[in-house]
Amino acid sequence: MNDAAAHNPLAGLAAVVRDIVRTPSGAAGLTLLVIHLAVAVSAPFWAPYDYREVSSLLLLKPPSPEHWFGTDHLGRDTFTRTLLGGREALIVTGVATPVAVAWGGFVGIFFGLVGGRLDDVFMRFVDAFLSLPWILKMLVLIVTFGTGPEVFIPTLAFFYGVPIIRVARAATHDVVARDFVWAARARGHSRMTLIRKELLPNVRDALLVEGAMRWSWMLLAFSSLSFLGFGVSPPTPDWGLMIANARGYMSFAPWGVLAPMVALSSLIIGINLTADALAKTLGVDRAQKAPI
Amino acid sequence: MRAPPLLNIRGLSIGFTGQSGETLPILRRVDLAVAPGESVGIVGESGSGKSTLALAAMGYLKHGLRVIAGDVLFPERDMFALSPTELQVIRGRRLALIPQNSGQSLTPSMRIGAQLSEALALHSGAAKRDYPARVTDLLNKVRLPDPVAIARRYPHELSGGQQQRVAIAMALAGEPEALLLDEPTTGLDVTTQAHILELLRDLAAQYGTSMIYVSHDLGAIARVCARVVVMYAGEIVLAGATRRVLSNPSHPYARGLLASIPRLASSQLPAALDGIPPMPGGAGAGCAFATRCALAEERCARQHPDLNDPDPAFDNQQARCHFAERAVEIPLHTQTPPQPAVNGGTAAALTLDEVSIRYARPTLLQQLLARRATATPTVSDISLAVVKGETLGLVGESGSGKSTILKTIAGLLPTDHGAIYLGEDEALAGEIERRTHAQLRRIQLVFQNPDESLNPRHTVAEILAQPLQLYFQLSGPELRQRSRQLLDTVRLSAHYLERLPSQLSGGEKQRIAIARAFAAEPDIVLCDEVTSALDVSVQAAVLNLLDTLRRERGTTYIFVSHDLAVVRALADRVAVLYQGRLCEVGATSQVYSLPSHPYTEALLSAALEPDPDSAPRLTANDVIESSPPAAGCPFQRRCAHRIGPVCDRETPPWRTPQPGHAIRCHLPMAADAPARATGGHGGVN
Repeated sequence: MNDAAAHNPLAGLAAVVRDIVRTPSGAAGLTLLVIHLAVAVSAPFWAPYDYREVSSLLLLKPPSPEHWFGTDHLGRDTFTRTLLGGREALIVTGVATPVAVAWGGFVGIFFGLVGGRLDDVFMRFVDAFLSLPWILKMLVLIVTFGTGPEVFIPTLAFFYGVPIIRVARAATHDVVARDFVWAARARGHSRMTLIRKELLPNVRDALLVEGAMRWSWMLLAFSSLSFLGFGVSPPTPDWGLMIANARGYMSFAPWGVLAPMVALSSLIIGINLTADALAKTLGVDRAQKAPI
Repeated sequence: MRAPPLLNIRGLSIGFTGQSGETLPILRRVDLAVAPGESVGIVGESGSGKSTLALAAMGYLKHGLRVIAGDVLFPERDMFALSPTELQVIRGRRLALIPQNSGQSLTPSMRIGAQLSEALALHSGAAKRDYPARVTDLLNKVRLPDPVAIARRYPHELSGGQQQRVAIAMALAGEPEALLLDEPTTGLDVTTQAHILELLRDLAAQYGTSMIYVSHDLGAIARVCARVVVMYAGEIVLAGATRRVLSNPSHPYARGLLASIPRLASSQLPAALDGIPPMPGGAGAGCAFATRCALAEERCARQHPDLNDPDPAFDNQQARCHFAERAVEIPLHTQTPPQPAVNGGTAAALTLDEVSIRYARPTLLQQLLARRATATPTVSDISLAVVKGETLGLVGESGSGKSTILKTIAGLLPTDHGAIYLGEDEALAGEIERRTHAQLRRIQLVFQNPDESLNPRHTVAEILAQPLQLYFQLSGPELRQRSRQLLDTVRLSAHYLERLPSQLSGGEKQRIAIARAFAAEPDIVLCDEVTSALDVSVQAAVLNLLDTLRRERGTTYIFVSHDLAVVRALADRVAVLYQGRLCEVGATSQVYSLPSHPYTEALLSAALEPDPDSAPRLTANDVIESSPPAAGCPFQRRCAHRIGPVCDRETPPWRTPQPGHAIRCHLPMAADAPARATGGHGGVN
């Protein structure tokens, strides 16, 4: 990466975007991501219909000039609902991802720096936690505390912060053994100064890439919960819920499943491609990433 | 005149495409012919293109590089025009590479015998049932003791020197006509290096193999090669017989380079070669060396010099210089005028009192029983006093505990036993957390590799601000002002403040690291191999800087190095370490002359000098020991002067042949010294 650019945040961002766009896959990914974000923000102002508008005359209609993606089992316009169906997911995961990166990153760097027995014991707990299937853990919390963004955001941030601990800790291990950290220790800096000044700038790139990856996992998780009926509550449009509802009519009204599926996968593909290009740009090795 | 060349590089230019699309050359019109059986050395500093040239001789280019012009003929066919299958036949079978870090080029999960068999299968026509015999034969050729046992081992069970021998054996598997050696002894200990070089010499003589030996080390090349070419900024600037090039080179760069190498026989600092080589593509229209050359005239900046015809006045050396005949004007032994010895009185700056350090931590059971770890300490029983203003050199091979001792003084490793005193009697806590800020400020560390010791994400200003903020609470204009002063102290201009380490050269980075240490206004600076990662010409400049700083400020140095000549140039006193135990302590002049500890003697005699007449003598075998013996003298297993079981049983006494000079050895010193000097050498050779 361009080192001078890394130093000035704004110029740095511009340089990173330039580098991402330079590769075809990065350009495609970033384009998909930007289109999704633009649609999510602006769709309420130009979506052709009201997403709640039910019509008994328009049940499961195929695509037509009036209804581009057809209508669903309640006669609602699938195009409108697809345009709006990512908003909830993007808001929840858009808040939860930075929170997850922040707390998971801090804890990981801290234990990477401290090391020793404390680190050993703590990491075994992390391993044990990660070995449980995520959907079970999440359902327990949601069943206990109910649904809604105020539950989803902390839940997702918590669950997706745990694997970030491992990544941050591993990245820290690569840095703490280097002489500049020894030099800072020998000068007598406090632990917080070490984390802030010596470690964080060198772990930051790995965390950024990991955060981007976690974002796409989180979107999938959120949609899965919606699909299972634990996500957003009707009539709010959501891709996961739309797929769940349209599933029963798939054999004769496939557009109801296809439209939200394409929307969800294109967003996730967009994020993944962008994250990959970001990793390449920042020189982060993503070889050891593992899904939870 | 000569036999037709085996390898013929003709007008080879190799380069890459820069960011704005221009072609930046790394090699520029290189011509080099190697006759069958001939050994040619390629010497140059980092960035000179020597490794690119060596790889190009194999028909290999690093990623992003391309051939701009010229070809590589081996023997008659262009290596870059061959198909991959044809190249495969040549590589290994007719032309083999021995890389720098052979430990990394061996497969860690395969036994040595299996790896050699693989090489035999690929590169020799031997029948499969003959492999075991051939493997033994190859290991014998590289003089590995007990080849049958070695063949059954894994790479990690061998020492660095043994791994290098295995790599050589592997290269010999296809009985190649030519060997390419890329810094084959760099990173090895001096005694090991001397053994490997002697092996290579003998192999070349015995089997008539051609060698192309790439190194930054003129001393190593002097041992192996009859002919040498000197590279600078991608060009051959000097070619000639090694003996002539080393004694009286006809190119100003080669002369400056020779003058910047510290010598064992001299206690003075070598002269620095100012400036840095041009970046690829930055050489301009004229001579690439013109900006650093003392002989440069207006013509040098304008007109690019060609390689001259062999010059009889310089024993047929060919120099790329307009004024080669005037090269003698550049003195070969320019050395800084002798400086008066630093006189800091006799007050102690730092005292180590019977310090022992252990890496092995006590097991849980031992902790419960309040016992210590059972392993022998890594560093044991070190008592040393450093006088204010003095430079103490700590020398020894890798694993001798030199860096461990520095880390312990800095508080980064706890002591197991013993005490460290700062100043006259201020006891230092073992743990860094229990030391005061004032104590920490007074001891500063400079590390070996500035790439590692400077945070790549910090600008120079941020790097220098760290100690200034921590120890002196400076901020704003004051901080800025002080940082500028510090840059000035290390001879860098103020505009370096905004640079990142990646935008600096190796020497500049090390200057920043030194400036950061001096920002704390320390009493003691611990220097850990501070010049080992630098090119020789840069090393000389850094050594001169360190010397000036201590004279100006009365700073005390503890200077760790494996390079005996460097220590000789800078240190007032020297302590020699083997396996974490002191062998010898004394004034530099005392330690570097007889009588000395057998280990010091082994180190001194194995050291390479860029002098065609100095041959290293191998007075100790190159077995690397991983742990010190439980009892007796630590050097007992390698010593050429062992006198008997007493060496195994009893810790040797300190003997003092002269005041201030102490040697820890069972040998009686004064009477026996001359006998050892003549009789003992070559015992292992």
